[in-house]
Amino acid sequence: MSQLFRPGANTFAKASVIAGLGVALGLGGILNNIERTSYVTDVNVPRDQPVMFTHKHHVSGVGMDCRYCHSSVEVSSSAGIPSTEVCMGCHSQIWSEAPILEPVRESWRSGRSIQWNRVHDLPGYVYFNHSIHVTKGMGCQTCHGQVDKMPMVWKENTLLMEWCLDCHRAPEKYIRPKDQVFNMEYKPAGNQAELGAKLVAEYKVRKLTDCSICHR
Amino acid sequence: MPKRITLAVIVTVAALATGCRQDMHDQPRYRPLAASTFFPDGRSARPAVEGAVARGYLKNDIPLYYGKVARESKEFVTDIPVKVDKALLTRGQDRYNIYCSPCHGASGDGEGMVVQRGLKHPPTYHSDKMHKQPVGYYFDVITNGFGVMPSYASRIPVNDRWAIIAYVRALQLSRTATLDDVPPAERARLEASGQ
Repeated sequence: MSQLFRPGANTFAKASVIAGLGVALGLGGILNNIERTSYVTDVNVPRDQPVMFTHKHHVSGVGMDCRYCHSSVEVSSSAGIPSTEVCMGCHSQIWSEAPILEPVRESWRSGRSIQWNRVHDLPGYVYFNHSIHVTKGMGCQTCHGQVDKMPMVWKENTLLMEWCLDCHRAPEKYIRPKDQVFNMEYKPAGNQAELGAKLVAEYKVRKLTDCSICHR
Repeated sequence: MPKRITLAVIVTVAALATGCRQDMHDQPRYRPLAASTFFPDGRSARPAVEGAVARGYLKNDIPLYYGKVARESKEFVTDIPVKVDKALLTRGQDRYNIYCSPCHGASGDGEGMVVQRGLKHPPTYHSDKMHKQPVGYYFDVITNGFGVMPSYASRIPVNDRWAIIAYVRALQLSRTATLDDVPPAERARLEASGQ
């Protein structure tokens, strides 16, 4: 009777143990990384909106401040989405016939809100407040990216907890002078590590890694 | 044996699938300005009932809240009803540049970016007519709008409106100031620099 396994089978058996381990690790790696891809996080994916509103034109082109429309960002948890009245302040006269703005005019005529699609969707178990961030020297651009260069807005960052913690553990990496928060072109004057540490002390930024800071 | 394996597979898949539920993520509560299926107009943010007064917002200080001398009066106040100091002017400059400069221009001449793109030219602040308008008039325009200008009441709180008015007055002064208005110390420095 001939042998069932040839001598080479030993090598195959050893290799399969290692390969099996590799496959297991690889699967783990894929599972670990898949939630960080833009397929899941929507990072860098421009979101469709009922109106083709462009921040690029309004901020870079016209030079409007973020707060002209997002007027509650300094005093409220929500930055605020402008009412149709704010759009119509200019667009009752400028581009008042443009087909692209028909949903805005329709909202104005009917009194029904424009239903924008949310770009940044934090989980319900996360407490977030815009006002404390912008009044303690966190620039809009730090989290939202260069919105002034975005025709249609996309998410610049994952909003994963690890991303929040990256700054909450070391705010000195990103903090900027209070008068530069709304400047989309801000570059630190000098060394961010030195300037950051100074600002964290000056603005009395507290310890930010207690669970209840965000999960309250 | 195969039965056990089938059962094991079903249990494992079921256990994994329960991890996919997003109940905690999408909690049954409204976030600011979220849509609602409950109210007929589709908004979760409800308009205040007419006549409602938020605690601490009773507008019984007529000059401060209306820019008029008395409740039923049409006469505008001529003095800013809050303390005018450097802090108020700085705040006014900040707010002016956010909310007013797109149309009225950074210097108040009415040459803002939006005007350059086709909006009706607002009057310059630097005319004799606008100099003579009482501060209450400016307050009224910010609060209720004027001509094509919409109301800014929802975006600019009352104190900020007065801060902006103080800054507009400063802009106006900047065009009519003479050398005599410069404090002596600063004046020496100006003259030394030859301007």
